[in-house]
Amino acid sequence: MKAAVILLPGLNRDRDMIAALTKISGRAPQTVWQTETAIDDDIDLIVIPGGFSYGDYLRCGAIAARMPVMRAVKEKAEQGTRVIGVCNGFQILLEAGLLPGALMRNASLKFVCREVKLEVANASTAFTSGYTKGQIIRCPVAHHDGNYFADPDTLADIEASGQVAFRYTADTNPNGSMNNIAGIVNKSGNVLGMMPHPENLIEPAHGGTDGRALFEAALGLVDA
Amino acid sequence: MIKARVTVTLKTGVLDPQGKAIEHALDGLGFAGVGQVRQGKVFDIALDTTDRTRAEAELKDMAAKLLANTVIEDFSVEVL
Repeated sequence: MKAAVILLPGLNRDRDMIAALTKISGRAPQTVWQTETAIDDDIDLIVIPGGFSYGDYLRCGAIAARMPVMRAVKEKAEQGTRVIGVCNGFQILLEAGLLPGALMRNASLKFVCREVKLEVANASTAFTSGYTKGQIIRCPVAHHDGNYFADPDTLADIEASGQVAFRYTADTNPNGSMNNIAGIVNKSGNVLGMMPHPENLIEPAHGGTDGRALFEAALGLVDA
Repeated sequence: MIKARVTVTLKTGVLDPQGKAIEHALDGLGFAGVGQVRQGKVFDIALDTTDRTRAEAELKDMAAKLLANTVIEDFSVEVL
């Protein structure tokens, strides 16, 4: 599978993401600048990394979500291409309407940079098939606006349809997210958004490899 | 030239941690009887037109497409 990483001004986790994808897949992902209007047909996985696109002006991810490349991402997503948004990438996917809900300021009003524990809430998505349901994994977070919100109907709907991929364990919810939601997929299961950074826990030098299985699954390197 | 103001506020029921912090700070300054504070945004926009009806429609479109996130926010448009 061939991956592409979307680049926008103000992102700062792009090189971590490129390194992770390169190490896991054995080849460097393509990079796609924000002004591009199309993404190559042979791309099977699109990743939007974390950071502070457009300085978080207006709302986190709001400006980035309206850039030309996001129309191309939307088209590819509708055709079934896998898309992952991490941290700011998650915020961008929500602002672009590719995932339901919104991310608000952390309940503590503080930037959180620490390790949390995630429970794999659904292990049958294209991104989580390398884990088992209920498995607890470690993952770092670093964000100011990760407090997941959805109106009661939307929340009930995503819960009922198994769209919650990851939850913070109750004692490590770093931001006040509803239902401890850390990551969700869209209805068709090919778009994942999550606040924690699995790309920062993929090799022993990181202190652990809990994030690796996510990319292996997304890249089609594990049996689903 | 038309001057307009778009006001964006959080929907009822959406938690507003920043508004809450401001509420506490006002209380700390001795302002008694502050019930609730909700933080929002104001955009002052100048439009190069004289057609007020069209301006209003365009501003609503701008608010819905970018200025507000309608998942969590409401907006109002005022042509001044």
